[in-house]
Amino acid sequence: MGLFSKFKAGLAQTHSRLVHEIKRIVTRSPKLTGSSLEELEHALIGADFGPAMTLQIIAAVKLAYETRGATGPDVFAIARAEVEKNLASSPSDLLQVPGGPTVVSIVGVNGTGKTTTSAKLAHYFQAQKKTVLLAACDTFRAAAIEQIKVWGHRLKVEVIAGSYGADAASVAHDAVTAAQARGVDYLFLDTAGRLHTKHNLMQELQKLHRVIGKQRAGAPHEVLLVLDATTGMNALNQAREFHKAVPLTGLIVTKLDGTSKGGMVVAIQKELGLPVKFIGLGEQPEDLQPFDAKQFAQALFEE
Amino acid sequence: MFESFSSKLQGAFRNLRGLGRISESNIAEALREVRLALLEADVNFKVARDFIERVKIKALGAEVIASIQPGQQIVKIISDELTELLGSTQAALDLSGTPSCLLMVGLHGAGKTTSSGKLARLLLKQGRLPLLVAADVYRPAAMDQLETLGQQLGIPVFLKRGETDVLKIAREALDFAKANQRNTLIFDTAGRLQIDEALVQELVRLRDFVKPQEILLVLDAATGQEAVNVATHFDSALQLTGAILTKLDGDARGGAALSLKAVTGRPIKFIGTGEKLDEFEPFHPERMASRILGMGDVVSLVERAAEAVDEDDLKRMEEKMRRGQFTLEDFLDQLRQMKKLGPLENVMKMLPGGAEAMKGQDLSKQEREFKHMEAMICGMTSQERRTPALLNAKRRIRVAKGSGVTVTELNTMMNKFAQMQQMMKKMGKFQKMMGKMGGGLPGMLGRR
Ligand SMILES: Nc1nc2c(ncn2[C@@H]2O[C@H](COP(=O)(O)OP(=O)(O)OP(=O)(O)O)[C@@H](O)[C@H]2O)c(=O)[nH]1
Ligand SMILES: Nc1nc2c(ncn2[C@@H]2O[C@H](COP(=O)(O)OP(=O)(O)O)[C@@H](O)[C@H]2O)c(=O)[nH]1
Ligand SMILES: [Mg+2]
Ligand SMILES: [Mg+2]
Repeated sequence: MGLFSKFKAGLAQTHSRLVHEIKRIVTRSPKLTGSSLEELEHALIGADFGPAMTLQIIAAVKLAYETRGATGPDVFAIARAEVEKNLASSPSDLLQVPGGPTVVSIVGVNGTGKTTTSAKLAHYFQAQKKTVLLAACDTFRAAAIEQIKVWGHRLKVEVIAGSYGADAASVAHDAVTAAQARGVDYLFLDTAGRLHTKHNLMQELQKLHRVIGKQRAGAPHEVLLVLDATTGMNALNQAREFHKAVPLTGLIVTKLDGTSKGGMVVAIQKELGLPVKFIGLGEQPEDLQPFDAKQFAQALFEE
Repeated sequence: MFESFSSKLQGAFRNLRGLGRISESNIAEALREVRLALLEADVNFKVARDFIERVKIKALGAEVIASIQPGQQIVKIISDELTELLGSTQAALDLSGTPSCLLMVGLHGAGKTTSSGKLARLLLKQGRLPLLVAADVYRPAAMDQLETLGQQLGIPVFLKRGETDVLKIAREALDFAKANQRNTLIFDTAGRLQIDEALVQELVRLRDFVKPQEILLVLDAATGQEAVNVATHFDSALQLTGAILTKLDGDARGGAALSLKAVTGRPIKFIGTGEKLDEFEPFHPERMASRILGMGDVVSLVERAAEAVDEDDLKRMEEKMRRGQFTLEDFLDQLRQMKKLGPLENVMKMLPGGAEAMKGQDLSKQEREFKHMEAMICGMTSQERRTPALLNAKRRIRVAKGSGVTVTELNTMMNKFAQMQQMMKKMGKFQKMMGKMGGGLPGMLGRR
């Protein structure tokens, strides 16, 4: 399967229910009535858009109907346009800093898919003929180092690691040194999962970034927050707090191969202006797709 | 945001005061707030809708109890209903088999492996002899992860690196348990999507072979609307016996708990409250209810206040306030009643948004101020307390000296009290917020 078709297949599965529901609403009741609006509301809420975002989209749909009448665009088109507008389509490419490694820090709460995503990113850039390096900056969780080493072995990517309980910042420091020495294009730092509410753990992450920032100007050049698509409204808190602590440059939404819709990224992008850079569609290295706002919005509201 | 849920509810119910009964039209606004709070907490929208219906039926026709604010009354109905739905009794583990077997299942990254370790630790403490079984044959280093946890706990782990057949692992694990006198097996399985039929069938086969007493769905507290589908699928495929809700040490409201309970009826047996292996607790439905509603511990506060406060006193007090006859004597009573609720800091923490409001505020200062006030009032004669106008300069010096404050401090307190009296008069029927909310004296706690 080609990349694009895989993306579509993943999203089609993900969103078919939503699409189905909206289609039903529209065909049964093209004019917007109280009850059809309520159904639209349920479809959006069910996709984890959250009450506030849902109300905004519904308001936009109402307004469009009032101004353009029933002959104007249908509910799909209006809702899609609204979602797309909020998912400001900035390029999903990662920076590539000339003259040395681009350091990419992968952060997020526990269990969202940081390690797997680090490996997938390494694979993705390898496929683009870039040289890559992984760093095992999770020195806390049981077997976290073995886990990323297994990936490194599988992908034939070198993994810089320390020992358990070691200072994550010093592992990162070693990794940057190694990346510079080897002259690789990208260095991915797999950091430990941490809840955004834990002040000390967020400070630890700030310190890690500070240390490598001193070592190499501008590092980390990308800070990507990994969000689990299954997460509901808490994703917004996660994004807010991580962004406050270590300014993020983008989001990665994982587990979109499941039935979750990942609708919360719309509210996140609207509030924080953080672009979604990639989406995760499975457990294999190739199950990573660059994010495309237009495709995402389309897949949400079309068959 | 949701912190203000309870106060919004108060607002929605203000106009209800004095009405004899709660009616459909006058609770509509409040129920809208409840619905929003539930959605914000990630309760599935269908579950939320059904819940609102239940609350409505309960609330409709309920007498508005004269001595309680209607808002509080509804909060209580909602919270009781939610608590009941979440499971009114503590569900214990079934450890009847010889050996007893527990199967941990769930989505990727939910916390199955960690919870397996936590459960093993708990069972060991209860005198069981647990064996951790590494049945995740997919995730890289999953077996190493469990092995590490076993080492940390001093609990044996059965693992066969490289084996991909979970049935084979299970068979050998059971043999191993028998040979080594382990009476409780905990199977840590791989994370899987509920729609991944092939992998779900693998679990079905494992269940049919092991015949576990417990099949526990491990669910992340931050799970969104899909919690309903996840729970439904796993339950219909495996017939769950319960669930473990993880990562409650974060700030996720945990509405998924309600979704899960509502669609499967299976009890939540434990909660995970941290990455460490001792951060594991039995599930408390009433705490979860407050958390989902974003109410802090307002309900238990209401209950404590009800215990601490004499209803008759309260009536008399309200009457006085209404008439503007609230004296320093009464004020002293109130200060003392408030003390019964516990340290101000704890009281504030229990209030919705209290923890937030307390940030950067020195409550101990406020507490000291209350203490000073108490001392000052104690230093007055009962005549002076009833008629503060008697307090001329000379008397003020005496009172200040007697209670260890400066005259300026005394004057400030007297001014505040006068303001308060004014305000009460204006408000006419000043609500019994002391008694029922344990919360601020108007104008004294600063921003309200
Ligand atoms: N279905 C699916 N599973 C995923 C995806 N990404 C990661 N996973 C799985 O999710 C689980 C957790 O992934 P990890 O990469 O270990 O997550 P993490 O964020 O590094 O976890 P911690 O370091 O423990 O906080 C693993 O079982 C992965 O295989 C995805 O896009 N789809
Ligand atoms: N903060 C917190 N983290 C948890 C909790 N339970 C598990 N975790 C973390 O969540 C991540 C995934 O847990 P794991 O047990 O590997 O999940 P599994 O994939 O379901 O086996 C790990 O980083 C754990 O340390 C919890 O209750 N609180
Ligand atoms: Mg990891
Ligand atoms: Mg696991």
